[in-house]
Amino acid sequence: MIMQMQNTTKESAPVLEISDMTQRFGGLTAIADFNVSLGPDAMAGLIGPNGAGKTTAFNLVSGFYQPTEGEIRICGKPTAGLKPHKVTALGVARTFQNIRLWNQMTVLDNIRVAQHGKLDYGFFKSILRTSDYFECEERIEKEARELLKIFELDKYVDEYPTNLPYGLQRKLEIVRALSEKPKLLLLDEPAAGLNSADIQELIRLIRWIHDTFDVSIWLIEHHMDVMMELCDDIKVIDFGQTIAEGTADHVRNHPAVISAYLGDDNL
Amino acid sequence: MLESIIQNLINALQWGSFYALIALGYTMVYGVLTLINFAHGDVFMVGAYIAFFAATFILSTLGLPGWVALALTIPITMILTSIVGVSLERIAYRPLRRKGAHRLYVVITALMCGLILENGNLAIFGASRKAFPELISVHVYTIGGVSFTNLKIAVIGTAILSFFILQWIVTRTKVGMAMRAISYDKFAVPLMGIPIDNIIVITFILGSAFAGLAGLLFGMSYPILEPYMGALIGWKAFIAAVVGGIGDIRGAFLGGFLLGAVEILVVAVFPSTYRDLIAFTVLLVILSVKPTGLFGIAKTTKI
Amino acid sequence: MLALFRRYSVQLFLVTLGGVITYLAYQEAIGLYYLSVLMFMGVNIILSTSLNLVNGNMGEFSCGHAGFMCVGAYVSSVLGVLLFSKDKIFGAPLLDPSLAIYFFPLIIIIGGIAAAVAGLLVALPSFKTRGDYLAIITIAANYIIISFIENLGVIGGSRGFMGMKKVLNAMRDSVDLPWMVIWVFIFTIFTIWILRRYNSSTFGKGVSAICQDEVAAEIMSVNTNKMKAITFMLSSGLAGVAGGLFAYIIGYVNPGSFNILKSTEVLVMVYLGGMASLSGAVISAIFFTILLEILRPLQIFKWVIIPLILIIVMQFRPEGIMGNRELSDVFPWMKRFYKFK
Repeated sequence: MIMQMQNTTKESAPVLEISDMTQRFGGLTAIADFNVSLGPDAMAGLIGPNGAGKTTAFNLVSGFYQPTEGEIRICGKPTAGLKPHKVTALGVARTFQNIRLWNQMTVLDNIRVAQHGKLDYGFFKSILRTSDYFECEERIEKEARELLKIFELDKYVDEYPTNLPYGLQRKLEIVRALSEKPKLLLLDEPAAGLNSADIQELIRLIRWIHDTFDVSIWLIEHHMDVMMELCDDIKVIDFGQTIAEGTADHVRNHPAVISAYLGDDNL
Repeated sequence: MLESIIQNLINALQWGSFYALIALGYTMVYGVLTLINFAHGDVFMVGAYIAFFAATFILSTLGLPGWVALALTIPITMILTSIVGVSLERIAYRPLRRKGAHRLYVVITALMCGLILENGNLAIFGASRKAFPELISVHVYTIGGVSFTNLKIAVIGTAILSFFILQWIVTRTKVGMAMRAISYDKFAVPLMGIPIDNIIVITFILGSAFAGLAGLLFGMSYPILEPYMGALIGWKAFIAAVVGGIGDIRGAFLGGFLLGAVEILVVAVFPSTYRDLIAFTVLLVILSVKPTGLFGIAKTTKI
Repeated sequence: MLALFRRYSVQLFLVTLGGVITYLAYQEAIGLYYLSVLMFMGVNIILSTSLNLVNGNMGEFSCGHAGFMCVGAYVSSVLGVLLFSKDKIFGAPLLDPSLAIYFFPLIIIIGGIAAAVAGLLVALPSFKTRGDYLAIITIAANYIIISFIENLGVIGGSRGFMGMKKVLNAMRDSVDLPWMVIWVFIFTIFTIWILRRYNSSTFGKGVSAICQDEVAAEIMSVNTNKMKAITFMLSSGLAGVAGGLFAYIIGYVNPGSFNILKSTEVLVMVYLGGMASLSGAVISAIFFTILLEILRPLQIFKWVIIPLILIIVMQFRPEGIMGNRELSDVFPWMKRFYKFK
C-alpha cells in the first residue's frame, strides 16, 4: 500500500489552523473573522447558503487568494505569500465544485501530472533522460497505477476523463487529490450532480478514505444527509460570518441556521 | 514652449483619431464575438481605396464640386466598406463558427482574409501608389503660433462625434443592449429570442463603416494610398484597443488617442525611427502594469 | 536481429536520409534551388514545431515568433562574422577562420540562447495574463525587437547585415562538405527530438495541464510560472536557432524579413498542422514550404492563392490536418518503430 497507514492518533499539532481570517473583495467581505482548527484525524464540514463564502474559504486555504487579514497555518507552517503549488507541497489537496480534470489527458496521466511538484528531475533531465528520469517516471507510474487500482479505476487508465460516467469523474478527481499524499483533503461539494445511489457510495468512499489514509478531511456540501452522516463537526457560515458550529444535531436545530436557510419569516 | 505643446497635442489628436476609429471596429467585434478580427486593418485600407475611387469618379467623371463629392463619398465609402466587412463575416467567419471550430482558427482565417485583401489589391491595382484627390481646399489657420488646418479639426471632430454616436448605440439602443448581452453570455442570448447572427452582422457593419470613414479621412490627410497601408496601422490600432481594454468603446478611443500621443511625442523628441520602438515599449509597460487594459475588467475564473 | 533493427529503425532511417541528402548535395546532384528549398523546409519545421509548443501544447496565442527568430539570426550572424571573417566594421577575424568549422554549431546555439533570453520579454507578462492580452504582448515584442535592430546602426540597421557567406566559405575551405545542409538537417532533428522528449515527460505534460485547466494545474502542484517561463524560453530559443540557420542559408539578414508577416506564416503552419500535434506541425511545415515554392511563379497572386487555400482547408478541416493527434494515432503500425507520445 502506498500510503502509510498510520492510524496512530497524533493529537498534537493541528493540520489546519485558521485564525481570524478575513477576506474582502473591494467592498464585499466574503469571509469575516474565520477561525478553524482541524486535527490530523478530523472529518469536518462547512455549510452555508449559496454565496456564503464556503468556496472562498477553500480558495484561501489552498493558496488561491491571500487573506486580507488573519493567518492560515498548515501543519504549523504559515501559508502567507505562498503560491498554490507551494501550499499543496505543505500537504493540502482539494477537489473542485465543477470537476476540473485535464480532459485531453488519460486517466493515468491525470494522476501522473499531479505528481509534478514531486518530480526528481527538471527540464534538462527530461530531455537528456538520465537514470533519475527513468527511475522517477517508473516510480510515479507504478504509484499511480496502484492508486487507481485501489479505487477500482484501473480499467480506465488509458481512457479520457470525459468518457467516464459523471460519478467516476468525481471519484477520479478525489483520487487525483489523494495522489498528492495530502495531510488535509478539501472536498468542495463532492456530491453535486450525483444521484442518491451515487451519494451513498460517495459517503462510503469518503469514510473509507478517512479510515484508510492518514488524512484529515474538510468538506463543503449542500446535501445535508452527507454532512449528517459523515461529519463530527460542522461549521455554518452565511455572508462570510460564522453563525453556528458544532455537531450535526446542534447545527440542524440552531435558529440562526434555520433562518439563514429558510428566511426569517419561517421562524 | 506652450505653443509647441499645443501644436503637438493637436497633431497627436489627429493621428490618434485614425487609431481610435480603427480600434473601435476591433473592439466591437471582439466584444461580441471574442474574435480578434485581424482583417480589420485591411478593411480600413479597402475603405481608403473605395473612398479614392468614389471621390475620383465623382470629381472627374461627374465633374461635381469638391464639397458635393465629399458629401457623397462619405456615405458611399461607409456603405461599401461595411459590405466588405460583412462579406468577410458571412463567407469566412460564420461557417467556421457554425462548425464549432476552435476560436483561434477563426483568428487565423481573419489573418488570411487580411492577406487576401492586401495582396488582392496589389495584384489588381498594381504597386503604384494612388494620389488621393483633394476634396476640400485645405486652409491653414494660425492662432498664437499654433497652426492647424480645417482638415485636422474635421478629423478630430469626426472621431469624437463617432465616439458619441457609437457610445449611444451601444449603451442606449436595443441593438446595443443585445451586443452587450452577447458579450456576457453567448449561450443564453439566443434563448432570449435575440437574433444573434443579425446582431453580429450589425456589429460588423458598424465597425467596418467607421474603418471606411477612417480610410477616407486618412486619404484626405495623407493623400497617398498603397495596399499595405492598413497592415501596420491595423496592428497598432489593435494594440491600442487592447491597451484601452478590449471590448470597451471608451477604451478603444482612449487607447487610440494615447497611442497617437505617444507616437507624436516620441517623434518630437527622438529621431523618427525610434517611434515604433518606444511606442510599443510604452504599451508593453502599460499592459504589464494593468494586464487587462485601462478600461478592461479582469475576468475572474470561478473556481 | 529484427527486434534490434526495429528498435533503432528511426535512427537508422534518419542517418540514411541525412547521408543521402548530404551525398547528393556534395555531388551537386540536387540543384542549388532545390537544396535551398530543402533547407528552408528544415527551418520551417523548427519554427512550426517550436511555436506549436506554445500555441498548441500550452494553448497560448503567441503571434511574434519571427521576433525571436530575428534575435537568433542577428546574434549568430554577428558572432560568426566577428569571429571568423574580415569585416569592414569589425575588422580582422578574432579567431582563425579554420576554427569556424568547429564553432559553427556553437554559434547557432548561442543565437538560440540569446533568443531564449529575449523570450523572457513574453514569458514574464504571461505569468499575469493570458489569451488575447498575451497575443498583443507578443505582437508588441515582435515590433520592439525589429525596431530595436533597425535602430542599431553598428550592425547595419534597417539596411541589413551580411558576411555570413565568408564564414561558410571558411568552413568549406577546411573541409569541403555542404555544411549548411548538414547542420540544418541536424538541428531540425535535434528540435524534434527535444520537443518530443519534453512533451512526453511528466514534467513537460505540466504544460498541457496548464493549457487544459490552469487552476487545476496550479492546485495539483504544477509550478505554472516556472513551466511557462521554461516553455516560452524553449520555444523562442528554438526559433532563434531557426533564425541563425536562416541567416546563414541566405547569407544576408535584414530586420524586415522578420516582420509580423513572417510570424503569420509560422502561425499558419501551426494551425494548419493541428494544435498540439508535433507530427502535424512537421507535416504542415513541409507542405507549406512546397506550396510556397510551387506557387512562386504566380508572384503576387501567390499571396492571394495561399490564404485562399488555407481558408478553404479550414472550412473543411477546422481542426487542422492532424487535429491534436500524432501520426501514430492515424497509422497505428508506426508505433512499432517510434513512440510518438
